[in-house]
Amino acid sequence: MTLNGWLQIAVFFGLVLLLTKPMGSYMTRVFERRRTWLDPVLVPCEKLLYKLTGVNPDQEMRWTAYATSMLVFSAVTLVLTYVIERVQQYLPFNPQHLGAVAPDLAWNTAISFTTNTNWQSYTPETTMSYLTQMLGLATHNFWSGAVGIALAVAFIRGIARKEARTLGNFWVDLTRAMLWVLLPICIVYSLALVSQGVVQNFHHYDTAQLVEPQTQSVTGADGKTTTTTVTTQTIAQGPVASQEAIKMLGTNGGGFFNANSAHPFENPTPLSNLLEMLSIFLIPAGLTATLGQMTKSPRHGWAVFGAMTLLWFVGVLTCYWAEAQPNPLYHGVNQQVSRLQPGGNMEGKEVRFGIANSALFATVTTDASCGAVNAMHDSFMPLGGMVPMVNIMLGEIVFGGVGAGMYGMLIFVIVSVFIAGLMVGRTPEYLGKKIQAYDVQLSMLYLLIFPTVILTFSAISVLSSMGLSALTNHGPHGLSEILYAYTSSAGNNGSAFAGLSANTHWYNISLGLTMFMGRFLMIIPMLAVAGNLAGKKIVPASAGTFPVTTPLFSVLLVSVILILGALTFFPALSLGPILEHLLLQAGHTF
Amino acid sequence: MTSSSKRLSLFSGSIVRRAALDSLLKLNPAKMVRNPVMFVVEVGSVLTTVLLFTAPAHMHGAFRFDLQITLWLWFTVIFANFAEAMAEGRGKAQADALRRAKSETTANRITGKGIEEVPSSQLRAGDKVQVVAGQMIPGDGEVIEGVASVDESAITGESAPVIREAGGDRSAVTGGTRVLSDVIIVEITSNPGETFLDRMIALVEGAERQKTPNEIALNILLAGLTIVFLLATVTLQPFAMYSGAPQTVFVLVSLLVCLIPTTIGGLLSAIGIAGMDRLVQHNVLATSGRAVEAAGDVNTLLLDKTGTITLGNRQAAEFVPAPNISEERLADAAQLSSLPDETPEGRSIVVLAKERYGLRGRELSHTNAHFVPFSATTRMSGIDLDGRSIRKGAADAIARYLKEHDESMPIEVSAVVEQVARSGGTPLVVAENGSALGVIHLKDVVKGGMKERFQELRKMGIRTVMITGDNPLTAAAIAREAGVDDFLAEAKPKDKMDLIRREQAEGKLVAMTGDGTNDAPALAQADVGVAMNTGTQAAKEAGNMVDLDSNPTKLIEIVAIGKQLLMTRGALTTFSIANDVAKYFAIIPAMFAGAFPVLAALNIMHLHTPRSAILSAVIFNALIIIALIPLSLKGVKYRPVSAADLLQRNLLIYGVGGVIIPFIGIKLIDLAITAIGLA
Repeated sequence: MTLNGWLQIAVFFGLVLLLTKPMGSYMTRVFERRRTWLDPVLVPCEKLLYKLTGVNPDQEMRWTAYATSMLVFSAVTLVLTYVIERVQQYLPFNPQHLGAVAPDLAWNTAISFTTNTNWQSYTPETTMSYLTQMLGLATHNFWSGAVGIALAVAFIRGIARKEARTLGNFWVDLTRAMLWVLLPICIVYSLALVSQGVVQNFHHYDTAQLVEPQTQSVTGADGKTTTTTVTTQTIAQGPVASQEAIKMLGTNGGGFFNANSAHPFENPTPLSNLLEMLSIFLIPAGLTATLGQMTKSPRHGWAVFGAMTLLWFVGVLTCYWAEAQPNPLYHGVNQQVSRLQPGGNMEGKEVRFGIANSALFATVTTDASCGAVNAMHDSFMPLGGMVPMVNIMLGEIVFGGVGAGMYGMLIFVIVSVFIAGLMVGRTPEYLGKKIQAYDVQLSMLYLLIFPTVILTFSAISVLSSMGLSALTNHGPHGLSEILYAYTSSAGNNGSAFAGLSANTHWYNISLGLTMFMGRFLMIIPMLAVAGNLAGKKIVPASAGTFPVTTPLFSVLLVSVILILGALTFFPALSLGPILEHLLLQAGHTF
Repeated sequence: MTSSSKRLSLFSGSIVRRAALDSLLKLNPAKMVRNPVMFVVEVGSVLTTVLLFTAPAHMHGAFRFDLQITLWLWFTVIFANFAEAMAEGRGKAQADALRRAKSETTANRITGKGIEEVPSSQLRAGDKVQVVAGQMIPGDGEVIEGVASVDESAITGESAPVIREAGGDRSAVTGGTRVLSDVIIVEITSNPGETFLDRMIALVEGAERQKTPNEIALNILLAGLTIVFLLATVTLQPFAMYSGAPQTVFVLVSLLVCLIPTTIGGLLSAIGIAGMDRLVQHNVLATSGRAVEAAGDVNTLLLDKTGTITLGNRQAAEFVPAPNISEERLADAAQLSSLPDETPEGRSIVVLAKERYGLRGRELSHTNAHFVPFSATTRMSGIDLDGRSIRKGAADAIARYLKEHDESMPIEVSAVVEQVARSGGTPLVVAENGSALGVIHLKDVVKGGMKERFQELRKMGIRTVMITGDNPLTAAAIAREAGVDDFLAEAKPKDKMDLIRREQAEGKLVAMTGDGTNDAPALAQADVGVAMNTGTQAAKEAGNMVDLDSNPTKLIEIVAIGKQLLMTRGALTTFSIANDVAKYFAIIPAMFAGAFPVLAALNIMHLHTPRSAILSAVIFNALIIIALIPLSLKGVKYRPVSAADLLQRNLLIYGVGGVIIPFIGIKLIDLAITAIGLA
């Protein structure tokens, strides 16, 4: 760990801190339909859209109608993407003449992008045409992000409103999230990325002559070794910058290329790397301020921000520490190259980012449900790799996915208030709303679905040949790979421990189901809680009110999250990364 | 209050014996299923018991270890049942004490043909009975004829007799109380076994106990956690098999039982019953546990001024003399005029004169004193003796009296009168032989310590509103002196009702006391309505609590009991969940240390062997239930401070403590069972 590394992490966090309030205030204005400086341009577009679609923007929806609209919208866009993938060979913008995507992969991918997961069982540059990337995938990056923001806003309204039956209008929230939040930022942001060298074109892939031909030996299944010499390299390209911006800002994470943000065309410079990490946290961090403003308790927003910050810091500290350690297998070897290259685990990391920025990126991308990577998590040290996994297992509530992180965190807030709220001698109250049986029931359902899906599918996979055959590593690392895959899918993250060859029928289907359940099965109880909260009276705050605005509350919230999350997954983790770490110290690798 | 005599020692022998038996009877699965957490433990215990004798050898660890695990799992269930049975036993003992007051008596039933003697158990609602001095009132009812003094000490513990009369707010009588004088005719209002007290006693016993809303919510949380841990345990076996270290059912069930929140699951119903119990110890009966919970949530207390905030009567506080008159002279005249005056105000003047000026009471009978009693026409009272004619009365009455003597009220005296009135007091002017001597300042005396109590309530975020029939000026002065947050002056029953509705519309919970029939609607509307036992039947039926002592100040204690109940629940829930951290560090390394010796690094407690580690965790998990029974029955220590302070304090004790204590406990148990060779 170096001072330079720490400074970069500090700069990143300082910028997040600076941007939170302006971003949050802007979103508050947008979703309360107050005036913003973009109105002259966007209001006519908005009105036109409502006219074309027949939406009455003043019609408020109950939670059921809100959920139904959201499900219908997601279903329609899911089918649309599936169809585009299946018929891409007949459609334009396919300079490589890529064929139709296989049905199970197309299903997996359509769900993956609809659910804001962007798990990629495929190699994009050899599978998806430019049109599919733009119309099937990039659009979904916008839509799923906007859906997430709309849901979070609906939940916040549920807390803020008093004896109300409705949560807002889904179509209005969706439209405003798209027009006011995602699109304007992405336009500017794409251009900034282009300035750093991210490509944006519709060219045919280039073929380049290698300066130094490479010889590769491959031992086949029959035991014969074949040697090939590679003299050329295909350089994939395409409309990358426009997709890259929303991939990060919408915490989608699905790369234009297989190498994702480690690819120089997606993330060429340290500055683009900083921008990409910042854009992951921009909206989720801003939403904490929105929460504070819409509930008229700005300090509560900051208390939630504080809890998130604490979890973020513990994660990045652990990950950076784990990756910066000298590899114990090179016992007694001085691994320090220079002051700025101080040794540690560089496997799977880009030299231009180094350990600090790789550890930070890995933490940030899994704190949120982004899943973009600039280093290979599979190559991290066992404890370094455990950080992203644990981040997702906790529910991606450390700022979290756009919207999804906020409502996930708010469910934890409700549970924390319920557990500890009694200790002040009142039935638990959250910002004046009494937390009662129905709220607890649905919050617990929300919290149950997640580990159920992960642990059940992982358990089936480690017991069956269809699960085990895709493993390229055995032992605890193999277990980590399987666990990571289901965790990432259920959490709608999309990053992977790449050692798992997941493009099989079993994984495509089961991971697809996992992503579906991890998104929609959790949204419904969440919205039900919001709907129920909206209908409650607000007990005025007094000295007897459970404080949700203090640092103590942040610490309490973090403790509940850690204890609930850790208690659920600790047994599995102890046989995965923890065991691997201990064995590595003893000199065993997998 | 006589509660000290009713208070039971925590573990009295007979209750413990009965509870021990009950805890076995409660193993009936049909009853256990009401408590999902402990039901899971029972299922686990049955499973290990069956496997202990039937499973093939390879599914066993060592028989001695498996047997011990099985036994401790059963103990866990039994200990939880014991906690509940203890609470119920204490409730039953309280109920028995109350029931003794309702001994069988003979009743004089009035029939068309006259009066017949029947056992009180044969009385039905609507029967009329005659009760004469010395007899027990045979059942709950209303006085429809006559007036009598009644000894209600059997129920209230208060030895002073109370007056019961037909009509009005003092007509309700309770079965088991004794008529001391006169004859009354009572109409019985309830059938045997259905009296108000019968119903409330049944609640205390727990026979009709229903889960309260918060208890239901908490049960859902606990059930949810149980499912999460069931899932974590069940899926651990595949991961263990993949890793080449499959576990026995005994170990897996041990892990499960240690993780699910058995501590709070086992103590939850005991905490609820004990809360009701504490109310009974304060001589308050609640119609439901829900009311006790609501008491903890109260935001606004409506307190009647008289009897709650102030002593019942006005008292002399000060003598303010007119110009050129000494205070002693005024005090002397005031005392003389009040010596024969038996009203509380009169007595207080004598007391003040004695305390302040050392004027002793004088025997007046030997002098030719003539007492002039208060009359509605003169609105003065006084005394004529030895040529002195002393009068005291309201300012306007004395002014008239002075005019008769061609004197007028000195301007200074008028100023004092006005000042006293404005400060909320009542001025009495004293005049002697036609000239004004000065003013006696009578004022409402706020009960000692009330200001501090309202201060405490404010710290807890509870607003106090004083209800009074006084005019706004007087009310404001008393409100200021008593330190209440707000007041409702010239209050009529409807105003009270409107105030409650207004508070509730703002989302607040309101508590109040009342005794009259015209209080009944407000008592019913309030979230916590405490009826005085001396009040009418209508009031008692409308409220959700009855104070047997009829002490309106007790509302504050009721709120404290409600808060204590909720705090105890929260504290033990937090403790229970926090405990799991240590149990993981005991069990997980123990499970896999055989296959992966490196995992011993997680054995941070350095437990002796894998088996001793698992056994210690299971034993700790069972014993902690027993160890916490006293706390759950007595409730956590309650102090009137702000929510933020309470949270900080309780989180430190039960949250942080809950993480640390099991590390110590498990280590100690491990040392003990290793020393005596159990593992």
